This record gives sequence, structure tokens and C-alpha cells, in this order.
Amino acid sequence: MQISVRGLRKEFDRYPALHDVSLDIRSGELIALLGPSGSGKTTLLRLIAGLEFPTSGSIFFGSEDASRKSVQDRNVGFVFQHYALFKHMTVADNIGFGLKVRDRRTRPSAQEIRRRASDLLDLVQLPGLDNRYPSQLSGGQRQRVALARALAIEPQVLLLDEPFGALDAKVRKELRRWLRELHDRTGHTTVFVTHDQEEALELSDRVVVMSQGRIEQVGTPDEIYDRPATPFVFSFIGDSNELPVTIQDGSILLHERPLEIAGNAAPKGILSKGAPDGAGRLFLRPHDLDVVDAGEGAIAGVVSGVRRTAGARMLEVEVAGRDRLEIELPADDQRSFVGHVGLRPRKWQVFPA
Amino acid sequence: MALEASLDIHPSVAAAPWRSPTAESPAVKWTLIGVALAFLGFFLVLPLVAVFVEAFRSGVGVYFEALVEPDAVAAIRLTLLVAAIAVPCNLVFGLAAAWAIAKFEFKGKNLLITLIDLPFSVSPVISGLVYVLLFGSQGFLGPWLARHGIEIVFAVPGIVLATIFVTFPFVARELIPLMQEQGSGDEEAAISLGASGWKTFWLVTLPNVRWALLYGVLLCNARAMGEYGAVSVVSGHIRGLTNTMPLHVEILYNEYSFSAAFAVASLLALLALVTLSIKSFLEWRHADGLKAVRGH
Ligand SMILES: Nc1ncnc2c1ncn2[C@@H]1O[C@H](COP(=O)(O)OP(=O)(O)OP(=O)(O)O)[C@@H](O)[C@H]1O
Ligand SMILES: [Mg+2]
Repeated sequence: MQISVRGLRKEFDRYPALHDVSLDIRSGELIALLGPSGSGKTTLLRLIAGLEFPTSGSIFFGSEDASRKSVQDRNVGFVFQHYALFKHMTVADNIGFGLKVRDRRTRPSAQEIRRRASDLLDLVQLPGLDNRYPSQLSGGQRQRVALARALAIEPQVLLLDEPFGALDAKVRKELRRWLRELHDRTGHTTVFVTHDQEEALELSDRVVVMSQGRIEQVGTPDEIYDRPATPFVFSFIGDSNELPVTIQDGSILLHERPLEIAGNAAPKGILSKGAPDGAGRLFLRPHDLDVVDAGEGAIAGVVSGVRRTAGARMLEVEVAGRDRLEIELPADDQRSFVGHVGLRPRKWQVFPA
Repeated sequence: MALEASLDIHPSVAAAPWRSPTAESPAVKWTLIGVALAFLGFFLVLPLVAVFVEAFRSGVGVYFEALVEPDAVAAIRLTLLVAAIAVPCNLVFGLAAAWAIAKFEFKGKNLLITLIDLPFSVSPVISGLVYVLLFGSQGFLGPWLARHGIEIVFAVPGIVLATIFVTFPFVARELIPLMQEQGSGDEEAAISLGASGWKTFWLVTLPNVRWALLYGVLLCNARAMGEYGAVSVVSGHIRGLTNTMPLHVEILYNEYSFSAAFAVASLLALLALVTLSIKSFLEWRHADGLKAVRGH
């Protein structure tokens, strides 16, 4: 089921939570809504589900305008952040709920419902837990029961709000992989919300980066990470360094000094790659910077600290006495750094300020 | 050095038993418990025992005679009838009000919450008087009602109205905090699974509050059967017709039929005890389903 969101706007008491959002979700795609807290991810998901009504704009399921359909008629499976399992029902009754509430003509027999609940429990790898109550399950198990319950109604679209938000890191990773496999097997169009970029990049076909009620960029994990479209995306995804610069005739000036390398090294330094003249923002990833001898780099700085992290060494370099850059070096880089050094970027991106 | 230090500290720790920072000394503790128990015994247990002792003073025969005497039977029947009307009314009202307050945002919500508490803050006698002023023959609607032959004050409808008024906070007050805490997540889950509003209510909302609802109904029922003040004002004290049990007790007492008065009173007391035990049982079994704030 293909979903098109057209010019969607949502206001709560005149406070806009979403501004004119447009998005195309392909059939069978696993897509992540990623953004900081309050960026409108949940709001967008709830609008797609029909749990919220848009102030303006429309949502199409295939070629059908879903904006006027009730939640019940949209046939979406929604997995809530805190699972919202029915406490007074057993796991099997929770999963069978969506079938049990159908009207008499389309409702399967009680036996059939139990059988399907059992099958779904197998699918989510919790066989035999039919008669437990939600309170007798672990967080990860509840999460999977909530997913099974959403799958029971054979939805065309699966929507998940921070599906792994309340779980510890190890269980998150397991469930993440498991969800990907499940998606590949069942082929639902799946939209999930997360504020964990690692989760979004690892799990999804495409990522929608949101900020302050707007979509900043939509793209594959590679595009998002390697070619961020906006300064926000660059600094939100992965680690980054930012320097305030001036762009002039294709070259970049930091504190009035061009970021060029003396002699005939290639590349010649940092060029503006088509950014318009004027004030700009230069972004560099910590692992895209090489440390060389003073005078041989494009950027000159003074080492102000070295830290060891799990798999790398982090070098802190002060540039022009004001800005600080972080550089990631392999842990086995044995060179010792003190005093003046030069920095040679391998990749960078410039945005107009 | 470190070892020595820890050895030093050890005996002194063993000497003074650990006490929680908020706990007082045993003397204070036992004085407080003693005062509370004495107070309870004097004001609650003693009168309760006295009711039963007085009821059986003239023998078991007199006791049961007092209960099967026609006026007593009429009073018991009226009390049951009033409760049977007032409690379901307040159950429906309480659920509706709690639902509205917990699940929707609307103007005047705080006013509604305050109004629900009104019967708790107004003297029951005044509540009764309000109905007399409204529906009595000199009252606001009295002449119109008289012309159409409708009797409210000094008749059963008046008693029912007064009882409903006095008991309407019980169910609502029990449900509002619980439903507010639960939010509407479960309902959203239910409708996203295709359930209609009606099915969502029966299969999800109601089961989620069932123990609190039962608890509220019990309290409401106990009060409905025991209400004296408001009912006294609107009843007119017509023997065999508009006397509820509490009013009947008072009449018997004023006629110096002490044993009979206490016999009927013992029935009310028994009802209170049964209500209390069911309530305690609910609290013990379903503590988590009853997380409501206890305001009464
Ligand atoms: N029911 C509501 N009433 C009023 N404002 C709301 C409501 N729901 C959301 N908002 C506001 O809309 C904005 C977007 O909220 P939303 O829940 O979509 O954020 P989110 O991206 O899901 O954040 P998080 O990661 O914290 O869950 C927030 O500023 C929030 O305060
Ligand atoms: Mg959210």
C-alpha cells in the first residue's frame, strides 16, 4: 500500500506541530521517521493512522483519499510506544481482539481466532504464551505481543511509535534485526518512529529526518549520512564539527585566512563546491580529518586534549583560539600530538549561513 | 588502616539498631497507636456494639417482630426501592461524567469537577430544602405540578431525587482520578484494531475501571440507604408510605420503642458492615485497579 501525504498541517490550539509536510511512502517500504523530541514524528504517525485529524492537507492510501476515513476503516496496524496492551485480557485475547470485534459477517469463529493468535505468537517467537497476562511478560515480550496484535487484523500498513524506546540496548538490537526480518518476510508497508539515529540508519530502507514540524530530508541511510541536505541533518546524524566561515570566489575563509594547503598537495584545500558567496557554515566529520605536521594542513590548530573512547582515539584541536574540532583517530595510531598541528579534511560540506 | 577503621565502626553499628529516619521512638509510636485505638473504640466500635446489644435486649422474639411489623416492612421496601433507583442513576451519571472529564478537553471542565463535589460540601438538610423550594406546593414548579397531578415532595419521587443528589459524587469521584491516570491509550489501541466506540467501551474502558466502579457503587449504595437529612426534609414522614429505614428508626425512637428502633437500626448497621467487608476485600484483592485518590 502506497501512502502519499500532501501538504499536511496540524495545529494544537493554534500551535503548529506540523507545517505543510509532504511525503511519499512506497509500497512495501520500511521507512523511519527520525528527529529530536518534539519534532512532530508521533503527530505525523497518528495523522496517518487517523488517530488525529489534520488542520489541512490530505493523506492518500493508494489512490484513495484516506483523510475522510475513520480509524477503523483505514486498516492500519498501530503499535504504541507503551504497547497499550489490554491488561485484563490474556495474550491470546489481546492478539485476537481485532478479529473478535469485527461484525458477525466477517468475524472468524472463536476457535479460528485462537488458532490465528497462536500462529502469530509463533511468528513473533513467543510460542505458548497464549494464556499469560501482559503483567507477566517482560518489556521485550510485551513489545512483540503488541506487534502480533497489530498484525492480527492483516493491516495494509504497519505504524510503530518508538517500538523499542522502552527497552535496554541489547534487547533493542535483537528486536531491531528481528523486525527487519519480519518485514522482509511479510512485506507490509512499515513506518516507524525513532529518535535513535543508529536504529533508523540500520533498520530502514529510507529515513525521513524531521525537525520542528518540518521534513529536513528524505533519503536512504547512505544519502542521509554522506550527503546531508541541510546543516540540521549534518549535525543531527552522526558526529560533526562546525566552523563559521566566509565564502569568497569559490574558496573558504576562516577568520579571513583561506583554507588552502601550501605547495602542490592535492586536494588544494577546502573549496566551496558551489556554495554562494557570503557567510557560511563548514561541517566536517571527526573521522574525515587527517592530522599532519603544522603548516601542511588546510586548517592550523593547537592540540588541546586527547581522549580514548571504546574503539578510537579522540583528538581535540583548537582552531584560531576559538573553535574546537574533534578528530577521530584509529586507536592504534601511536603518534603523539602536542602543540601545533595541521588538519587535512578528506570530506566536508558547506552551507550558506 | 582501612581494616582497622572498619573494625572500629562495627560494634557501634551493632549497638544502635538501625532506624528509618522518619520513625519516631517506641514511646511516641505506642502513644499514637493507643490514642487512635481508644478514639476508634469509643466513637465507632462501642456505638456499633451498643446497637446490637440494645436490639436484642428484649429478646430475639421482639427483635424479629419489630422487623416484620408492616410499617417496618414498608420502610425497608422503600429504602430498597430508593437505592435501586438512585444507585443505577448515579452509576450512569458517574461513568458519563468521569469519561467526559478524563478523556476530553472542554471548556468548563473544572467547573464540572467542582460541581460534582457540591453534595459533599452542602449540608444534606439544605439539599432537601432545595427540592421542597423547587417542587413543594409553595415552590417554583409546585403549582404547575399540582395542576398536572404530579406529586414529588412528601412522596417517593422527592425521596429518590434527594437521595440521588446526595449520593451522586461517589461513583464519579472514584472513577475520575483512575480514568485520568489511565488516559485514552487503550481506547486508541482498540479503535485502531477496528473496534467501534460501543465495543471499545464494553470491552476495554469498562473492564479497566470495573473494580473502582464497584467500589464507588458500594459506597453510593451505603449512603443511599443510610441517608437521613435530605430525605427527612422531603419525605413528610408518612408512616408506611414515605418513611425510609433511617426515618423509621427515628420515629420508633421518639415513641420510646427502643428495642424496635435498635432492631431496625441493627439492620442498617449490618448493611454497613457488609459494605465495609466487601470494600476491604476489594482493596486487598484489586489494589492496583483502585488507584483512585481517597477523598471520603
Ligand atoms: N495533544 C497535543 N496537544 C497539544 N500539543 C501537542 C499534542 N501532541 C503533540 N503536541 C505538540 O506537538 C509537537 C510535536 O509533538 P510530537 O509528539 O509529534 O513529537 P515527537 O517528535 O513524537 O517527540 P518525541 O520524540 O518526544 O515523542 C510538540 O511540540 C508537542 O508539544
Ligand atoms: Mg513521540
